[in-house]
Amino acid sequence: MSRDARLSVRKIDRDRNRFHEIVRGKIKQDLKKYVSHHELLGRKGGNIVSIPMPQIELPHFRFGPNPKGGVGQGDGNPGDPMQEGDGEGQAGEGAGQHSLEVEITLDELAKILGDELELPRIQPRGNNQLPMKGGRYTGLKPTGPESLRHFRRTYRRALLREIATGTYDPDDPVIIPIRDDKRYRARRDVMVPDFNAVIIYMMDVSGSMGKEQKDIVRTESFWIDTWLRSQYKNIETRYIVHDAAAKEVDRETFYHLRESGGTKISSAYELCARMIESQFPPEQWNIYPFHFSDGDNWSGRDTERCVKLLNDVLLQKANVFCYGQVRSAYGSGQFKKDLDRAFEDDPRVITSDIADRDGILGSIRSFLGTGR
Amino acid sequence: MSLTPELEAARKEIEGYAREYGLDCFETIFELLDADELNEVAAFGGFPTRYPHWRFGMEYNQLDKGYSYGLSKIYELVINNDPCYAYLMRSNMMVDQKLVMAHVFGHCDFFKNNLWFAKTDRKMMDRMANHGTVVRRLMDRVGLEPVERFLDCCLSLDNLIDPHSMFIRRRTEPTDAEPSAAEEAPVKFRAKGYMDSFINPREATDRERARIRKEAVQDAKLPPVPVRDVLSFLLEYAPLKRWQQEVLELVREEAYYFAPQAMTKIMNEGWASYWHSTMMTQRILRPSEVVDYADHHSGTLATRPGRLNPYKLGIELFRDIEDRWNRGKFGAQWEEMDDHEQKRRVNKKLGLGRDKIFEVRRTHNDVTFVDTFIHEEFAQAQKMFVYGVDRRTGQYQILDRDWTKVKEQMLFSLTNWGQPYIYVTDGNYEKRGELYLFHKWGGVDLQFDFAQATLKNLCWIWDRPVHLETMLENKAVLLTCKNADAEITQRELTPSEEPRGIGAG
Repeated sequence: MSRDARLSVRKIDRDRNRFHEIVRGKIKQDLKKYVSHHELLGRKGGNIVSIPMPQIELPHFRFGPNPKGGVGQGDGNPGDPMQEGDGEGQAGEGAGQHSLEVEITLDELAKILGDELELPRIQPRGNNQLPMKGGRYTGLKPTGPESLRHFRRTYRRALLREIATGTYDPDDPVIIPIRDDKRYRARRDVMVPDFNAVIIYMMDVSGSMGKEQKDIVRTESFWIDTWLRSQYKNIETRYIVHDAAAKEVDRETFYHLRESGGTKISSAYELCARMIESQFPPEQWNIYPFHFSDGDNWSGRDTERCVKLLNDVLLQKANVFCYGQVRSAYGSGQFKKDLDRAFEDDPRVITSDIADRDGILGSIRSFLGTGR
Repeated sequence: MSLTPELEAARKEIEGYAREYGLDCFETIFELLDADELNEVAAFGGFPTRYPHWRFGMEYNQLDKGYSYGLSKIYELVINNDPCYAYLMRSNMMVDQKLVMAHVFGHCDFFKNNLWFAKTDRKMMDRMANHGTVVRRLMDRVGLEPVERFLDCCLSLDNLIDPHSMFIRRRTEPTDAEPSAAEEAPVKFRAKGYMDSFINPREATDRERARIRKEAVQDAKLPPVPVRDVLSFLLEYAPLKRWQQEVLELVREEAYYFAPQAMTKIMNEGWASYWHSTMMTQRILRPSEVVDYADHHSGTLATRPGRLNPYKLGIELFRDIEDRWNRGKFGAQWEEMDDHEQKRRVNKKLGLGRDKIFEVRRTHNDVTFVDTFIHEEFAQAQKMFVYGVDRRTGQYQILDRDWTKVKEQMLFSLTNWGQPYIYVTDGNYEKRGELYLFHKWGGVDLQFDFAQATLKNLCWIWDRPVHLETMLENKAVLLTCKNADAEITQRELTPSEEPRGIGAG
């Protein structure tokens, strides 16, 4: 029985799948809540995140926590404290109360995000097609090893032939295939697109970007990362931080660094341009530069320089350039206005204003909604 | 899979011992399962043929995770059915399998002989399979989502039953025999006999009669006495479609089937543990198995400070009862003895212990078991205490070792198998067809968010506003759900308002 049980679909699988569907539905419903709280990132382990989901439990009329306590067994005198966590549950009570967590893969999360925001699938540049190794046996051919013989097709052809030639006898329906009838399963090569993508995150870490602003950037980049990763097989991420000068850093530093200084955005764009030129030729790479700042640049002159850099280099090479402006107490927000003016009709530049955590979802939609 | 020859031999041997000791079991069929199969069966509550529902999948995921991380492992699973089904885990050691079998025979004897199980369906395996068919068929016909949504609603109400009602016929069937006087004589205009059929035409008197009957029905209190079996009340009076009735009916049947197990947790586990311990140590164990047995047995009976282990409490109580009745430590004379030492030492060598525990397992449930047999000496020997939250530190601490308080607290948490008492007191509240529920408060509030969600579910089924009278932070309040999508409103009841609860009625 055990062997068969494993081969066939188990009964429980239907219920598990349904449970999974419901979980996905709940995540979808509360996506905004999950997106704007970055707890998820901390929970990430490998490719799976676990999400707390108490509302999936079936409600009952039942007792809340008992202020009177309960009965226990063991040593100790009246007045002695009990160990932490001992007080849950009462005698005779059924299952203890525990918070329910469900697990979901990042890919699925990306799919939910994509469905909910109605994000289009990204159109990759170029048309590299690579035959996938080890295609699938979906084709047919007239020769092959007997082990791959397609019984039904072979039988059908033999039956057709026997009927056509009049040798078929319904009272004694014996079908004998001849060599001509035989059909074999054949491998079909599958062409898969082969693309690379790089996301270059740039963040303003000048004095005016506080912890909250950085958290918003961090959360938003997590979701952008999740979505783009689901769209490309090979994805690289690079991180640049800048105040008055720019430097490339690793992921950890990117999220936790707090510098304080002036802001010269062009420094970051310059570094980004150099990085693209030296490492990511646009024929082979889909390039996504994201820049997050509070929009307070050093001077108008520097902003002009930024626009020039965008026009001359970045926009030539990148799929799309995204600028997210996080609102902060100190930033003037001038930079976004300048960009909007300079690239008024240019679909390659997308800017968005992120007022607070709740703005993250909308910002993601405007960045990724174009499918470029 | 059926048992291996080695296990089959052990089963025969152990069944023989069980008979010899006087256990009276249904035929018991053991199945040998792998861990994932056992988890699957356990997720279905022991019935591999149950109706499809997502919560079984959720349950399985948790069991599966617990098992693969090595946090939890199911040793055995036994089903109250005739024949009785029990599942063994293939990977267990031989000594564990023997222990489990002996334990299972204890459970099986309890299922068969305990009074509270007398009315449970002994062909539940088949009935569950039928329920599965019904639900699947309905899902095909009505659609998965409506059936599932309705099932979720019913399941969230499945503790609103009255396990005692299985034994009592409370509701008298309405009799057609004696129509009321008003019905007999509808208002008629005076007329001579030959004119009567013209002045009081048949249709008019019929209409009048129907009106009077309708008013009588409307005026009648519904239900006549408060009802704890909310599910049956809904079955009878809620505006349900035929398929919804079928679903509610099967949820109710299953709830009644499982209720006795919740009502006898301590006794059932205690009884099974008593017998595995007795049979293992007196008959079954080989010398090489003693250490493993002792390890696993003590693991099963381990206690933690804040939790009562039903296995431990149950087995100790049965042993204590056996000892007391063996030595004659019972009856008024013994209870009234003043000298504690003398009282403890009584030994009349009566040897009534075995008979007594067999009698106890037949007639008691957890509440009466604890109430009748926990006494001062026992509570002390078992180091029982009452704990609670210390007001100053907010931490749990030991409050008292007084055995009367221990017993009181235990009875409180065991009463109604740990569920709140909820009654339907009015099915036509304010003559508007609204449902009025009363929570008989016993010292602990309902969990508020759950109560709200459950009330919404109830409202969805009733399709009219639903009210719940309960206590929140020492104030009587009325929670009202106008419709299933609306927020719950909350109103404090003034003392002058007529209490609609049981206390008054």
